Parts: sequence; C-alpha cells; structure tokens
Amino acid sequence: MKIFKNLLLVLSMIFLANFAQARDQIKIVGSSTVYPYATVVAEKFGKGGKFKTPVIESTGTGGGMKLFCAGVGENHPDITNASRAIKTAEKELCNKNGVKDIIEIVVGNDGIVFAQSVKAPDISFTKEQLWRALAEKVEIDGKLVNNPYTKWSDIDSKLPANKIEILIAPPTSGTRDAWNSLVMEMGCTKKAIELLGGDKGECAKIREDGYAIEAGENDTLIVQKLDSNPNAFGFFGFSYLLGNKDKIKAASIDGVQPSLAGIQDYSYPIARPLFFYVKKAHIGVIPGISDFLKEFTSKKSMGDGGYLSDIGLVPLSSEKYNSTRTAATKLTTISIN
Amino acid sequence: MTKDQRIKKRHRAEARFKLYGLVSIILALTFVGFLVFTIFSKGSDAFSKTTIKVNVSFNAEILSLPSNPSLEDIQDADYYDLALESINKLLLTSNPDDEKLLKKLFSPDFDLEIKNYLVKNPDLINQTQDINLTSSDDIDQLFKGNFPRDIPEDRRQVNDRQLEIFDELVAQDKIQKKFNNYFFTNGDSRDPELAGIGASLLGSFFSVVICLILSFPIAILASIYLEEFAPKNKITDFIEININNLAAVPSIVYGLLGLGILLGFMNFPRSTPLVAGITLALMTLPRIIIPCRASLKAVPPSIREGALAVGASKFQSVFHHVVPLSLPGTLSGTIIGLAQALGETAPLILIGMVAFVVDIPGSPIDPASSLPAQVYLWSESAERGFVEKTSATIMILLTFLIVMNFIAVYLRQKFEKKWN
Repeated sequence: MKIFKNLLLVLSMIFLANFAQARDQIKIVGSSTVYPYATVVAEKFGKGGKFKTPVIESTGTGGGMKLFCAGVGENHPDITNASRAIKTAEKELCNKNGVKDIIEIVVGNDGIVFAQSVKAPDISFTKEQLWRALAEKVEIDGKLVNNPYTKWSDIDSKLPANKIEILIAPPTSGTRDAWNSLVMEMGCTKKAIELLGGDKGECAKIREDGYAIEAGENDTLIVQKLDSNPNAFGFFGFSYLLGNKDKIKAASIDGVQPSLAGIQDYSYPIARPLFFYVKKAHIGVIPGISDFLKEFTSKKSMGDGGYLSDIGLVPLSSEKYNSTRTAATKLTTISIN
Repeated sequence: MTKDQRIKKRHRAEARFKLYGLVSIILALTFVGFLVFTIFSKGSDAFSKTTIKVNVSFNAEILSLPSNPSLEDIQDADYYDLALESINKLLLTSNPDDEKLLKKLFSPDFDLEIKNYLVKNPDLINQTQDINLTSSDDIDQLFKGNFPRDIPEDRRQVNDRQLEIFDELVAQDKIQKKFNNYFFTNGDSRDPELAGIGASLLGSFFSVVICLILSFPIAILASIYLEEFAPKNKITDFIEININNLAAVPSIVYGLLGLGILLGFMNFPRSTPLVAGITLALMTLPRIIIPCRASLKAVPPSIREGALAVGASKFQSVFHHVVPLSLPGTLSGTIIGLAQALGETAPLILIGMVAFVVDIPGSPIDPASSLPAQVYLWSESAERGFVEKTSATIMILLTFLIVMNFIAVYLRQKFEKKWN
C-alpha cells in the first residue's frame, strides 16, 4: 500500500505545482498558411536569447479567431494568424468577450499556384476555364446544367484532350477558401451567378463526380501525386512550388506565370494578403510581444530579400510596408465596432 | 452426387479455405513489409547529417575578447564575423557573390556552432582548429543523393556555382557524413538540418508518465473493487456495460472533454503535457480496467477459498493472494494501454499539443509537442529535408511501441501461472 501512498503524494505535488506563475511565452494560433512564416520568425526571435520561443499552433484561420476572441487573460492566445481579414462576426465575438483592442498586421502576400508535373507540357488557363472544370453546376447556352465536362478539350478546344483530374484541398483549409474567392467566384460567368440566384458563393460549389479529387490537407502528398501522374493538377501555396521545383511547375493563369513580382502587385491573378492579429491588452503582460512584432515587421524578415521571402512569402509594396510597420511600432488598433 | 464426390468436394473446400488463409496472411505481411521498408529506407538518412570541415582561428581580437576572458565573456561575444571569415577561407579567391552563395551552404546556426565549440574548449583562444559545421538542408539532401543535380538550374535549390563549390569541397574531402545529434537534442525548427524530436520526445514522455500515475492506481483499485468486493446487482452491471462502452469511444471525444473541462473550466495551461496526460488517462482508464478485471477473474476461486479457510480476512485474501497472482496480466494490460496512449494524436489536436515548440520542456507544465504530433507537423512541411525526418520519427515511435508490447508479452509469459 506504500506505493499507492507515494503515488498520491506525487500526484498532489503535480497539482499543487504553481499554476499561479505568469505565462512568459507568447502563444500564437491560427492559419496553416501563415504558420510556416510565423514559425521562422518565432525561431529567430527565440534565438535572439532575450525571450522564450513563442509556441505556435496551426488551427486554421477560423479556429484561431475563435480561440483568439474567447477572452483576455493568460489562458487565451496573444496572436492569431489569418489568411484573410477578420470577419464582422468574429469582431462581434471579440467585442462581446472583452477583446476590444486588436492590432492588425499585414504580413505579406501569398500566391496560389495551379501546378502539374514537370513532365507535362506548359499550359495556360483562364479563371473561367478553371471554374468550368471544377464547378458543380455550370452555365452552357444560358442554361444551368450539371457539369458535363470530362476532358479539358470539352471546355476549350485549344486545351489538350486529357481527362480532367484536379486534386483539391479540403473545405477546412485556408487555401481552399482563397481558391474559392479568387478563382471560383471570379471565374463564374455573370449569367451563371444570375441563374444561381445572385449568390456568388454558390459558384464555389465543387463537383462531386470524381473529376475533382479531395486530397487532404497534406500538400507534400499532393506534390507526390502530381509527380506520379502528369495529367493531374493541384493547387497550393507559392512556397510549395519553390520547395519542389524539380518535381512540379505552375500553369499560367490568364497568361501570367506566378512570380514574386506578379504576386506583389497582384498582376498574377491568384494572390492575396496574409495577416496576423494581436491582442493589445496582452502587450506588457506577456513579455516580448512588442519585440516580436518588431522582429516580424523588420526589413530583414518581411522586406525585399528578407528571410521570409526566401521561403516564398511575397513582400508588401513599400507603401503598404510602411503602414504595417507603423501599426506594429505604434500599436495602432483597428476598429471592431 | 456419389459418396466419393461428396468427400472430394469437402476436401476441396478445406483446401480452398487453407489457400484463402495463406493468401490473406501473405498479403498482410507484404503490406507491413512494404510499410516498414519505405519508412526505414526514407528515414535512416535522418540519423546522419552532412558537415563541412572549416578551419577556424579563434582570434581574440575579432571576437573583441579581453585578455584572460571569463567563460561569460566567451558566451557573450559575437561570433558572426569570425564565422564568416572562417568559411570564406574555403574559397580560393575572395568574391562577394561567391561568399553570399557559400554562406547558404551552411545551416543558419553556423556561428552558434563555432561559439558552442569554444565554450566547450575555452583554451583554444588564439589557436586554430578544424571544426565540422552542419551544412544546409539543400546540401545535405544533395550529398545524400535525395535531390537530383542533372536538371535545369532554375528547378534546383542549389545553383551551378554552388554545385561547383560543393564538388570542390567534396574533392578536398571536407564534406562528410556525421551522426545527427541535433535530431535527438533539438526541438522543432523550420530548418530541417536543425530540427529534432527533443521537445516532442520529452512531451510524450511527460504525458505518458502522468497518464500512468493517474490511470494505473485508479484502474487497479476500480477493477479490484468491481471484481472482488462489489455486490453483483443491476448497478454494477450497468457500470460494467459503461466501462466496455467507454473503451470503444473514439479518442477525439476525450480530446473534447479535455478541451471543455480541463482547459475551459479548470483553466489548465494549453499545449502542456499535464493536460495531455490527464486526457490520455481518461481515455486509457477503461482500456486498462478491462484486462485487469480479466486477469483477476482468471485467478481460480480455490485460491481465495484457501486463504479464507485458514482465517484470512476478505481484504487479506485479495491483496495477499489474488492480486499478486493477477499482476502479470494487469501489468501487460497497463503497458498496452499506455502504448496506445503514446501513439494517440486526435485528442492532442484539441488541447493544443500539435504545435511548433522549439524550447525543450523542463516540466509537465511547459508547452510541448508529442511524437505523433511531430510526425503530423513535419509531414506537412514544404522543405525536402523533412521527408526523412518524418520517417525517422515514425521509426522512433514504432521502436517504443514494439519495445512496450514486447515487455508486456514478456511479463505475461514469464510470470503468468497456468492453472491446469
């Protein structure tokens, strides 16, 4: 019975371990798209030696906002990453839970590439063609029909006569969100929007007859699948293209190849800004937040040729950079009412 | 159908059944063999790293160290200039473009490595020494042959000039493979050459220990009470059914429980092994109680009756005779339960253990990751070097699971008594 007594003792010691000690480590949640960039900055920040390395969870943009807006206090995260701007409903949630002062930082731009194996010939698509290949319902001769296309050449005779095979990200991913708003909704014809009841969101419904294949969150796996099947296409963040240039290449969209410059000035059509949001009430309570903001927005990380651009983040134009840097140093908050 | 035909038919049916069995076993073994082979062939590379031999002269002037520097002075000095100067000596002619390219052949921590070397050997000041510095992930993959070099330059991470420098260094035998200590001592990193399982290994260790401390005594006491002391009635039947049901509840549900009660209501710190251990203990409890009760049930009633007959109390008969005899089954059940807890990821996602953790946790209330979560995180990373890291982590995890299962089988075989 002695052993049980000892176990109980150890147990009670663990529970009495001082929870009261304040958290001394920044906690970050949010988008899996921003995760690779935030982790690099966090690592550099930790190596600086003054503060502990922040802990970063990849929860997705929506999940991160929910955690972030849950309240003020050391049990709630300090920063949330987002691959889109904060929504009105999320602002309301924040406001309701007392998270009133939020700092918005634009991190940079991210491009989504539509890619295939390097073994396949070069190809170019328009957004409408991509929408026609992926949508559940398309508009033909003024009528809304279930997507009849099986080969690319059915959509446009100039495209190759290969079966349509597209590996898509699951609905929970930020990349899919961005794809929906930047390709599916933009490529949707006016007539189709009208026939769908005027709701652009309906254009983003993806066909379920086997031509669009849901491939899971794992982008590395998508790269492997594209490599083994030259007819298949997939879409993912620009950084994956940089890391796997020996296996995959990007299709041109509206005749434009994805490039750093093209994503920065949005001349490459599938590009979007990335964000993170900071709880102002935590600055000064949790050590290091303002220094972390300075590190993240410094020229050597976010700027042209900074270490984030090495892994695929597309830097902001200098005007936007200046306003972001000001927000980070002056801690200016956005209005959430 | 004649009698002979019927016999033949029955024999054929038997032969067919044997064949089906054999085929399914061979199929299953092929799958396992294929899985193990791919994991090991990919993962074994992660245990070695590529290093570049650099001649470093620890010039006290460049480090701006005072004469007779203390260990603290050595720690505080800035090694970046010294490190740059040392690696630039690898080039025969000085050329700023080449120097930039050369720097990218090394891991971003190359100045830190030089510093750590001097901190360990402080008497090397103002002397020169050959040090093997860790190379960058791109060079590592190139040297291991995982990245093709006969493809156009714009599809490679390493450009033509860097390849030239690389080949020259290989010819001078300066590039070597060494044991990858970082893989075991470092936490997570975005640079594959610096990433390690230190933080996740300790996170898993703390979680499993807390899980053991909580679930083992409770499970044993519960099963002893239910099996030996509790009256058999509707209430205990109901409890028994519920224990069996709980053992089959998907583990993500326990994650939700942990999120709602431990994090939400009790305000325990997120992403910590403490919360993971408690959540896993809840999940493991029914999975331990069931084998514990089975092994108590397997002790023949004559043992209890014998003890009672010589005047032992109920308590004495149970704790002096029945429990020791059931211990092998109890322990192996516990170990298998813990092995399941070790490999669990789903509940950990909800309590924030699937996170980027660089600092090695010192206690169960520091943020940490866990081994299966690390596999998940690395499998999603874009850099090529993480492919082998992912497989190597799976190898470590598999090793732990196999060892734990082996101990369980050994305990059962060695100490279990057969009652014939």
